[in-house]
This record gives sequence, C-alpha cells and structure tokens, in this order.
Amino acid sequence: MKIAVFVKQVPDSAATLSVKGGQPDWGDAPLVINPWDEYAVEAALLLAEANGGEVTAFSFGSESAADALKHALAMGVSDAVLLSDPALSGADAGVAARVMAAAIAKLSEVDLAVFGKQAIDSDTGLAPSMTARLLGWPSLTLVAAVDALDASAKTIKVQRSMEEGRQVVQGKLPAVISVVKDYGEPRYPSFMGIRKASKAEIPTWSMADLGIEAPTSRVTWPEIMAPPMREVSNEIIEGSSPEEIAGKLADKIIAEGVL
Amino acid sequence: MDFQLNEEHLGVQKMVRDFANKEVVPVIKEWDRKQEMAPFILPRMAELGILGINIPVRYGGQGFDYISLGLVCEELEAADSTLRVIMSVHMGLNSMALLQWGTEEQKQKFLVPQAKGEKYACFGLTEPGAGSDVAGMQGTAKRDGDEYVLNGEKMWISLASKAHHALVVLRTNADAQDPHDGLSAFMMELDREGVKTGDIHGKMGVRAGSTGWISMQDVRVPVENRLGEEGEGFKIAMSCLDNGRYTVGAGATGLIRASLEASLKYANDRKAFGREIGKFQLVQQKIAYMVQSYEAARLLYLRAGWMKNQGQRNTRETSLAKWFATDASFDAASEAIQVHGAYGYSDEYDVERYLRNSKGAVIYEGTSEVHQLMQAGYALGYREDSPLRCEMPAYDPEFWQAEA
Ligand SMILES: Cc1cc2nc3c(=O)[nH]c(=O)nc-3n(C[C@H](O)[C@H](O)[C@H](O)COP(=O)(O)OP(=O)(O)OC[C@H]3O[C@@H](n4cnc5c(N)ncnc54)[C@H](O)[C@@H]3O)c2cc1C
Ligand SMILES: Cc1cc2nc3c(=O)[nH]c(=O)nc-3n(C[C@H](O)[C@H](O)[C@H](O)COP(=O)(O)OP(=O)(O)OC[C@H]3O[C@@H](n4cnc5c(N)ncnc54)[C@H](O)[C@@H]3O)c2cc1C
Repeated sequence: MKIAVFVKQVPDSAATLSVKGGQPDWGDAPLVINPWDEYAVEAALLLAEANGGEVTAFSFGSESAADALKHALAMGVSDAVLLSDPALSGADAGVAARVMAAAIAKLSEVDLAVFGKQAIDSDTGLAPSMTARLLGWPSLTLVAAVDALDASAKTIKVQRSMEEGRQVVQGKLPAVISVVKDYGEPRYPSFMGIRKASKAEIPTWSMADLGIEAPTSRVTWPEIMAPPMREVSNEIIEGSSPEEIAGKLADKIIAEGVL
Repeated sequence: MDFQLNEEHLGVQKMVRDFANKEVVPVIKEWDRKQEMAPFILPRMAELGILGINIPVRYGGQGFDYISLGLVCEELEAADSTLRVIMSVHMGLNSMALLQWGTEEQKQKFLVPQAKGEKYACFGLTEPGAGSDVAGMQGTAKRDGDEYVLNGEKMWISLASKAHHALVVLRTNADAQDPHDGLSAFMMELDREGVKTGDIHGKMGVRAGSTGWISMQDVRVPVENRLGEEGEGFKIAMSCLDNGRYTVGAGATGLIRASLEASLKYANDRKAFGREIGKFQLVQQKIAYMVQSYEAARLLYLRAGWMKNQGQRNTRETSLAKWFATDASFDAASEAIQVHGAYGYSDEYDVERYLRNSKGAVIYEGTSEVHQLMQAGYALGYREDSPLRCEMPAYDPEFWQAEA
C-alpha cells in the first residue's frame, strides 16, 4: 500500500492569538506540527503496519514547514517532501488542495491520502474534502476507526465520528480520509526516528516539479478584527448541600437578571 | 565555541519532555503519597529506549551522545526526581561503567540487556557504616577457585528491589597497605542465592522511587563477573561517580527549572495588595536568583557533557556541576515554596515535593561537603587526576550508531 499523509506547521496551541495591523499574530509562539496531523500520521503508520506499505509525508508551506515533516519522519514515516513555491504565499484552502492533489498524482499509485481533521490555525477543515474532489476520490472525513481495509480488493470501511454517535461508511480505494482524536494517541518519535529525521535532507517540490501553474487564491483576508473582550468573572458557590447550593445559584441568577 | 544544541538533541529533549508531561506529571503526586514507584515507569522508559539512550547501538542502546543523556536527565527531573534517579544508577553508575571497564563478554552479558531495558541495574557502594568514607567499607569478596564469595550489606541503594543487576564494590584484600587498593568491583545478578533486597520507607523525598538495601550472604559469583582488575574497585567506583554525578547535576538543573516555572506561573496569578505578587521586587529577586542558578547549572553540566563527548577527563568539572546544581536546586525549591505562600506548604502544589526531592541529591553521589573538599583540593594543587587504565571513550558517532 502506498499512503500519503499531510502535515501542516502551525503556531503552538498554547499561543495567544491577537490581531496586529489587520493580520493575525501569534507573537513569538513556537511552530509545531498541527496536533490533529499527529493523529493523521499515527493513523497512516498503523494502517501501513497492518497492511504492509510505505507512508510518505507531505507538507505544503514555507521552508519552516520542514520541521513538521521532520516530526513525521521521527514518528516513522519513510519519506517526506516539502511542497513549497515562493509564488504561493497567502494561499487559500483551494490552492492548498490543488497543490496537494498534484503531489498525490506525482507520487502516483497512492491508495490512501490521510489528513488531520483540521488545522488549528485556519481551522477550516476544508483540505481533505477539496483534495478528494479534485482527485475524484471518495472523501471519508472525521474517521475515528478503520474497520476494514482490503488493499487488493481496493475497499475501505470506516467509522465516522458524528455528534450522535458513529456512522459506518464504506468506500473504494483510492480514497481520502481525515482522522479525529479517537483514532488513538499519536506515538512519540522514537530515538532512531529522531536520528533519521535529523540527518534527512527533505526534497522540495515546486509547482514546476508538480507540473502545474501556481493556482490563484479565491479567498482573501482583507481585514481581520478581534472581537471585543468580554468581561468574565467566576464565582464558586458553596453550601452544605446540593439543595442549598442550587438555591443560592437560583437567587444569584434572578438577582443578576439573567432570567 | 558553539552553544547550539543540534537537531538530535532538540528531538530527544522534546520527546522526553512530552513523555514526562503526558504520562508522569498527571499521576506522580499520587505515587509520591503512596511512597511507591509507579509500576509502569521502568518498563515504559525501557520501551521508549530511554534506558539505553547514550549506549552504542551495537550494545543495544540508542547511540546518542553524552549531552543527550544530560538533557534527558534535565527533562526527567523537571517531572520528578525519581525518574532521573533511575538514569543515575541504571545508566550513569552501572551501564556506563560496563562501557568503560567491561570486557567484550561482560558487555554482551550485562550491558546489552541493560541498554535494551530488558534488565535494570543499580549500584551498591554505600554500607550502613560507610558512606563518604568509601574505603571504610566492611563487605568482602573472597576468591575461591573460579568464583568469588561475597558477603556484606549495602544500604541506601536506589532500585535495590527493582534491579536485576548490581555493580557492587567489596573488599578483596584486607591487608592492602592503602585500604583504597583493597577494593574490587563485581557485577552481581540479584537473583543469585544468598542475595536479599528490600526497600527503605519513611524517606523525606524521592518517595515515588525505590531506595533500599542489598544483603549478601555467601553469594557465589564467577570470576568473569569481576569488573576490572582485583584492587581496582575504588578507581572504578570513582569513575562511575564521574558519570552518576553528571546525571545528578543535569537532573538538579531540571528541578531548578521546574521550581522557576511553577513560581512564574504563581507570581503571575496570585494577587496581594491589589496586584500580582510578581510585581513586588522581593518576589522578583527570588525569580531572578532561580533564573541565574538555572542558567549557570545548565552551562556547567553541558560543559561536562561536552568534555565527555571529547573524551576529556571531567572529574573536576562534573563535581562542580553536581555540587552547584544540587545546592541551587534545594534553594530554588525552598524559594518556590516561599513564593507560593501557604499553598506552597501543601501538596496541592508541586513545590513542596521539589524541596523534599532536592535534598537527597545534596547528600548522594558525594555530599556537598565532599565536593567542596574536591574543588579546594584541585584549586590548591593538593589533588590531581591520574590517568585510568580504561578511560571513558569519547563519543564517536560512527562507532556509536553502527549496528555492529
Ligand atoms: C535517596 C538516596 C539514594 C541513594 N542511592 C545510593 C545508591 O544507589 N548507591 C549507593 O551506593 N549509595 C546511595 N546512597 C547513599 C549516599 O551515597 C550516601 O548517603 C552518601 O555517600 C553519604 O554517606 P553517608 O550517608 O554515610 O553520610 P556520612 O558519610 O556519614 O556523612 C555525614 C556527614 O558528614 C560529612 N562528612 C563526611 N566526611 C567528611 C569529611 N571528610 N569532611 C567533611 N565532612 C564530611 C558529610 O558531608 C555529611 O554531611 C543514597 C542516598 C540517598 C539519600
Ligand atoms: C502551617 C501554617 C499554619 C497557618 N496558620 C494560620 C493561622 O492559624 N491563622 C491564620 O490566619 N493564618 C494561618 N496561616 C496562613 C499564613 O499566615 C499565610 O500563609 C501568610 O500570611 C502568607 O499569606 P499567603 O499564604 O496568602 O501568601 P501570599 O500573601 O499570597 O504571599 C505569596 C508570596 O508573595 C510575597 N508577597 C506578598 N506581598 C508582598 C509584598 N507586598 N512585597 C513583597 N512580597 C510580597 C510573600 O512574601 C510570599 O512570598 C498558616 C499558614 C501555614 C503554612
């Protein structure tokens, strides 16, 4: 099996986001692999281990995105490729999807493309479905488990995580899946993986390498505003019994005019 | 001069930090209260390769350098000292001694399973009646044909009840003119007949760790288990300490960092007299001292690690790093409690555990007084290091990383 997994480099989830000069600003927060994508790498590795095969990690971004790829290498993927081109700064999800679809085509004979649920910076969650649409592959999003995968019959059966429960869906390979946390805790990088990653020279595929024209963004962010801060104060209501606490709470709610 | 950690170092640091934060920090208080080592700790550290981090791949390890070992210890002790203690005895005091002094057969027999984490190792030097005064030890090893017969009691031994192998130092020659020359070192399997082990309870700190005793009654070990030559035991023990102390110094640095981080968080949250207590200069002074001691301790251990990588003798530098960092970690933890006010005095917060844990390291692997004697001795010219028959090998990435 040939599996492609996509990882993005994003500001650390602990970073505070503010708006500076009409642009989002994460301060000097360290960049890390998108946490959802760690689950994607874990899923890709588990599927490759169970079904035989190799995992190639791709990242679309600037040169610093190589760090996310190094993390994937350290976790155990066989190869990593950076998708980068100076012509593509400020790309929207559509551009990213076109580039990623072209990378899958160039790698050729890919059976499965694995994504995280969404990226924690832009938070759109569009990449998996858009990429699938461009490739004409089934898009199985929010996957919590793969129940069955038959590489020779080219079928896959997954459980999708829904608010109401799990939805079992079957599809044909090649397919795109996006995975959620339920898939399983991502492994730590192994020491051997860390060494391999630190020695790895990560190749870059430009648009010319992919054989496509640099796509243009349809979405621009002309201005970004921070919502006004809300004043929040917390109070812990104490009492000797639940009834007493509930009574005090009800009085407070009425006094504050919430109801 | 290069102060930059390389990509491997950063990768190791992050991986061990993630492990400690995800798996150890959330549960450690509970085990500390129970005064037991969490059963998952040793197997998990083995599985992750931590127990063999700086041993060559050909001997079952991960092939990283000595600086990586220091970074691992800093990360582990930032979570809990007991994890670093494991590295001190299993790696610093035992496995590294095998790397330095062991024959190829001893490396295959003991080092390979230890580096793979299939066997755990400890170090038995201290006795009920002899600590700092190593040469005052009573335990004996008597040659009997192809065997030695071991007798004696080792006390305050970390991992005594968990380990499979112990490096023990015993007296082989009661008549040696200088008692230091009458000692020899042995690798002893702890399941041999005549060996008994147990834990010590009621310790002030490292309560989530195991500290115990080993008693030997007519324990027979083959001559092949003797590490080094007969009479070389004291030199071997001191060379073990060059590595054990390195792990202790690096670990104590992590404890300073943990005290600092806890203090920063609290000083930014807690308000008194209408502002965050971090705004008060007296609190700032405590923070400033913690920053100072963290940075200094870190530089001292990294220099020692660098010297180890180069294959340079580092007894003096390692002693200095250990002495400074452990004293500073005790002060930092104590001041961290102070910053936390009454909350710091309760085990609801971590800082009281930091203080209890920090004290042990001021005592083991050379008390602070012993390190002061050493440092003054070097400075005054009373003391110099003579070359060893087997020096600790310099870090050679090619040798370390090759399969065989
Ligand atoms: C938690 C813990 C774990 C340990 N783990 C191990 C282990 O794994 N293996 C092992 O072998 N040992 C271990 N030890 C023992 C440790 O190494 C000894 O406690 C240490 O060497 C000090 O010896 P002692 O306790 O006998 O104190 P002593 O040597 O009796 O010292 C008592 C006091 O006298 C001072 N003193 C002694 N001699 C001098 C001198 N010449 N000049 C000035 N002052 C002096 C000391 O500094 C100290 O303050 C451990 C100890 C602890 C607390
Ligand atoms: C065992 C124990 C028993 C106790 N018993 C009693 C009791 O019987 N009755 C009772 O009323 N209380 C009691 N206390 C509470 C004790 O009096 C308080 O803990 C103490 O007053 C400190 O207050 P705090 O803990 O809120 O710390 P904080 O006031 O929050 O102080 C936190 C840190 O900020 C520093 N700080 C605060 N303000 C300033 C400033 N202006 N400039 C510089 N530094 C500042 C403090 O020195 C400290 O380091 C007890 C506490 C303990 C630990």
